Amino acid sequence: MLAVNAALFYGLNTRFGSTPALGKFLSPNQGIWQNETSDVEANTLQLEGLSAPVTVHYDDYLIPHVFAANKTDLYKAQGYITAQHRLWQMEFQTMASAGRLSEIFGEAALEYDRRQRRKGMGFGAENALKTMASDTETMGYLEAYKEGVNAYIATLDEASLPVEYKMLGYAPEPWTLKKTALLLMYMTDMLAGRDSDFEYTNALSLFGKERFNMLFPDYFDRVDPVIPSEREWDDWLVSIPEAPADSLHLDQLAATIERPHPDNGSNNWAVGPQKSVSGNPILANDPHLGLNLPSIWYVMQLATPEQNTFGATLPGAVGIVIGFNEDIAWGVTNATRDVRDWYKISFKDDTKKEYRYGDTWKPTTLREEYIEVRNGETFIDSVYYTHYGPVTYDETFKGNRGAQGYAMKWTGHLGGNNQRTLLELNAARNYDEYAAALKHFLAPAQNFVFASKTGDIALWIQGKFPNKWKGQGKFLLDGSNPDHEWQGYIPQKHNAHIKNPERGFVSSANQHPTDQTYPYYVFNDGYDTYRSRVINNFFRSKEKFDVADFKSLHNNNYNLMAAELLPVMLDSMDTETLTADEMELFNEVRAWDHYNDIDKAAPSIFETWKDILKDMLWDEFENEDLALDKPFNYQTVYMLTHYPNDPFMDITATEETETAKDLFLKSFKQAATTLISWKERNGNYQWGDYKATYVGHLLQDLPAFSRFKLPIGGNSGIVNATSEDHGPSWRMIVELGETPKALGIYPGGQSGNPGSKHYDDMIDKWAAGEYIELDFMPFGAAPKAMMTTQTLNSK
Amino acid sequence: MKNILNLILTAVAAWAICLITPWWGIMIAALAISFLIPLKKGAAFLIPFLAVFLLWGIQAYLLSSGNDLTMAKKIATLFSLNENAYLLMGITALIGGLAAAFSGLLGKQLRTAFTA
Repeated sequence: MLAVNAALFYGLNTRFGSTPALGKFLSPNQGIWQNETSDVEANTLQLEGLSAPVTVHYDDYLIPHVFAANKTDLYKAQGYITAQHRLWQMEFQTMASAGRLSEIFGEAALEYDRRQRRKGMGFGAENALKTMASDTETMGYLEAYKEGVNAYIATLDEASLPVEYKMLGYAPEPWTLKKTALLLMYMTDMLAGRDSDFEYTNALSLFGKERFNMLFPDYFDRVDPVIPSEREWDDWLVSIPEAPADSLHLDQLAATIERPHPDNGSNNWAVGPQKSVSGNPILANDPHLGLNLPSIWYVMQLATPEQNTFGATLPGAVGIVIGFNEDIAWGVTNATRDVRDWYKISFKDDTKKEYRYGDTWKPTTLREEYIEVRNGETFIDSVYYTHYGPVTYDETFKGNRGAQGYAMKWTGHLGGNNQRTLLELNAARNYDEYAAALKHFLAPAQNFVFASKTGDIALWIQGKFPNKWKGQGKFLLDGSNPDHEWQGYIPQKHNAHIKNPERGFVSSANQHPTDQTYPYYVFNDGYDTYRSRVINNFFRSKEKFDVADFKSLHNNNYNLMAAELLPVMLDSMDTETLTADEMELFNEVRAWDHYNDIDKAAPSIFETWKDILKDMLWDEFENEDLALDKPFNYQTVYMLTHYPNDPFMDITATEETETAKDLFLKSFKQAATTLISWKERNGNYQWGDYKATYVGHLLQDLPAFSRFKLPIGGNSGIVNATSEDHGPSWRMIVELGETPKALGIYPGGQSGNPGSKHYDDMIDKWAAGEYIELDFMPFGAAPKAMMTTQTLNSK
Repeated sequence: MKNILNLILTAVAAWAICLITPWWGIMIAALAISFLIPLKKGAAFLIPFLAVFLLWGIQAYLLSSGNDLTMAKKIATLFSLNENAYLLMGITALIGGLAAAFSGLLGKQLRTAFTA
C-alpha cells in the first residue's frame, strides 16, 4: 500500500510529456481553480522603496489610472501593476527573444532558439544596455520598473502563479534590465528583422539583371510616399557613396531563416487645425501585428504632478509607447527600411578563427551560446562574430560549405536607447521636444506621427540608416572586400521628415518614405502600395474631418488592389467555358463593390482567385534548391495588366504557352473548385466566415485560450488590415482640445489571465469596429463610481 | 458512526492542512484520520474518497461559480471535455478522492501494523 501511495503521489505531482501534474494542476488550493478570478481587489499593497503612496484606479476595462508623486515611483508602480496582470507574457516574450524556449519546451524549441542566438538577439540587447548605462536617468527608471516587477513576483506562491506556469510546470525568475532590452530587441526583430538579400541574390542569378529589375523595381510606377512630394531637399549638403565596380557578389542558399510576417505593418495619420471640423488636431494610429492573447499591448494612464500620459505600453518596457498627454499625441508605423545586410565570410580554415578582409585576415570572436534544454543536455552553439556581426549561417546552420559563412550586419545590433525616446515622448509638450526625443531611437526605424494641442502636425521617419550606394545591400555583399562596407550613416537631421505640410495632414502606412527626389538611396523592401493611397485619397476627398471620419477610415474595407486588378481579370474571361456553378461565382464577383465586408461572398471569391493566380503566375519561383521571394502584389498586378504576354505568364509544367488571359481562366476555375467544396462543408463562403480571423494564445494558438471566427472584414493591403491572424493590434484616436479626448481598442483585454473576464473583453467591440473611451483623468482626480482603487505603499 | 466521524474529520483536516501544504495535504489528512479512526472493509476506501471528493468538488465549484466558470470552461476545453466545467469539477473531485482513498487505506494498514 505504501508503494501504491508513493506511485499515486508521484503520478499526480509530476508532469508527463505536455500533461501537467494533475494533482497539483487541478487541486482547488493551488491549481487552476485559484486562477478563476476577474477582478482586482480594492486594497493596499506593499511596494518597498516608494517615496510616497501611489494610487491606482482601475476602470471598467481594468485600465489602471496611476498617480504617483514622481517618475521613479511611477515607473516602479508600472512594473508592479503590469506584472500583476501580464507577468507570464512579459517573461515569455523575453525568453523567446533570447532564444531560451528550450528551457520550457525541451528539444522541440531548439531550432528556434538557435536561430534567435545566431541572429545576435542577446548581443543586440547587451549593446543596448551598454549604451543605456551612460544614461543614468533612464537607467534609474529601468531599475525602478525592475524592482516593481520583482516586488510582485515576490508575492507569488504556487496558488497565485499565472496559469501558464502551472500548465508548463516552471516558475518566473527575477526581472532584469536585460529582459527589458531583450523585449525591445523582440520588437526590433519583429519590425526590422526582414530582408530578402539571399532571395534576391538567388532571383538575380536565376533570371538575370534585366528581368530582376522588372520584377523588383526600386520604385513602383505609382507611389504616394509618406513625405509628400512637394517636400524639397535641395538645401541639404549630401554625400552619397560611390558603388564599387564589383558590387555584385553572387552566391546561393537553399534555405534561409524564418523571417517576421510580411503583414506586420501599420497606419497612422493626423490632421491639423485647418483640416479638422472642430479646429483641434486629431491623430490616429493602428499598428498591425500578429493577433495574440495576451495582447502585445497593455493600456495605462501614467501620471505625476508634472506629466500625465495615457496610451498603450509594451509589458516589459517603461512608459507609454503609443499615446498622448495633455499637450501632444504620437504614434508609430514601421518604416520598412532595409537595415539588415549579409556579408559572405571566407574563413582562413575550418577553425573559423580568422577571415579574409582585403589583403589581410581579421580575427573572429567566438560567442558560445549555452542553450539549456528541458529534459535534455545543454546544447552549445558556437557563433562566430566578425566586425560586421554574427555569422548566422555556417555549415552547422543552413550553410553550405566548411570554410564559408554569412554574417549579418544589422542596425538592431548597434545598441540604441529607444527607452529614452519613449520616456521623453511621454513628457514632451511640443514639436521641439518630440523631435529631440526621437534622436535616441535607432531601430526598428519608425514613422513617428505627431500632433500638438497648439496645432502642429509632423512626421519623422526615424531610425539609424546606413548611407548606401545605389543598390547596396539589395543583394549579398562580399565580406572580404572593404569597399562593400557600409560607408557611414545618413545624418539624423537628414532623415526624411515634414512639419505642417500645406495639405494639412500627415500619414504613413509603410509605403515608400519619399519620392525619388530624396537624395539618399532607399530601395523597395516591401513597401505598401494600397493602404497608403486609400488613406491619402480619403484625406484629399474633402475639406475637413472629424473623429467619426477617423473611425470610419480605421474600419475601411475598400480593396484597392481588387479595384485595380479585378476589372482586367473579368474583362478577359471567356465566360462560355464556365459551368453553371462557376457562372454564379463569376456574376457574384462581377457585381462586387470591392469592399471586403464580412457579409459578402465576393471578397472570398476574389481573394481565393488572386492567391491561386499569383501562385500560377510565379510558378518559376517554386524552387526547392533556392530560397526565393515572389514579387510584391503591386508588381504582380502591373505585370498582369501591362505585360499579359510576358514569358513569366507561362506555366512551366504545361505543354502550351499560357498568357495572362489563360491564367485568369485557369485560376478562376481552380478557385471555383476550392470555394464550392468549402461551401459544401461550411454552408456558405461569406468573407467573415471564410477568412475566419482569430486571436491566438502565445502558446501556439492553444485553442482553449484563443478566440476564433471573429466577425471582422478587411484583409492585408486594406486599411482595416485584418487578415486571418494579423491586424490592427491597437486602434487609437486622439483629439487634442482643451483636454485630450481619446478612443482606443485592441483585440484582447487588460488581464493576461485566461480565467479573467478582462482577458478578452475588448475583442468583440474591436471586431465590430467600436472603441472604448479612454478616460483621461486629471492628476489626483477622485475615482468614479465603478472604479476599484489599489494603493501601493512602501510600508 | 465512525464512518461519519471519519468523513467529517478527513474533510476538515484535508481543508486545514492544505492551507499550509501543497495539494498533497489531503493525503496526509486521509492517512492520519484513518490511522486514528480505522474503518472496515469497503468503507476504509470509500469514506476518505467521499470526504475529499466532496471537499474538492465543493471548493472547485465555489471558486469558479462566482466567476461564471470562465477558467473552468477553458481548462475543460484544454482537456477535450467540450467546455464542460462540471465534468472538470467531477474529474478534480475524483482525483482528490482517489488520492485520499488510497492514503486512507495506508493509514488503516499502518494502524493494523502498529497494533498487531
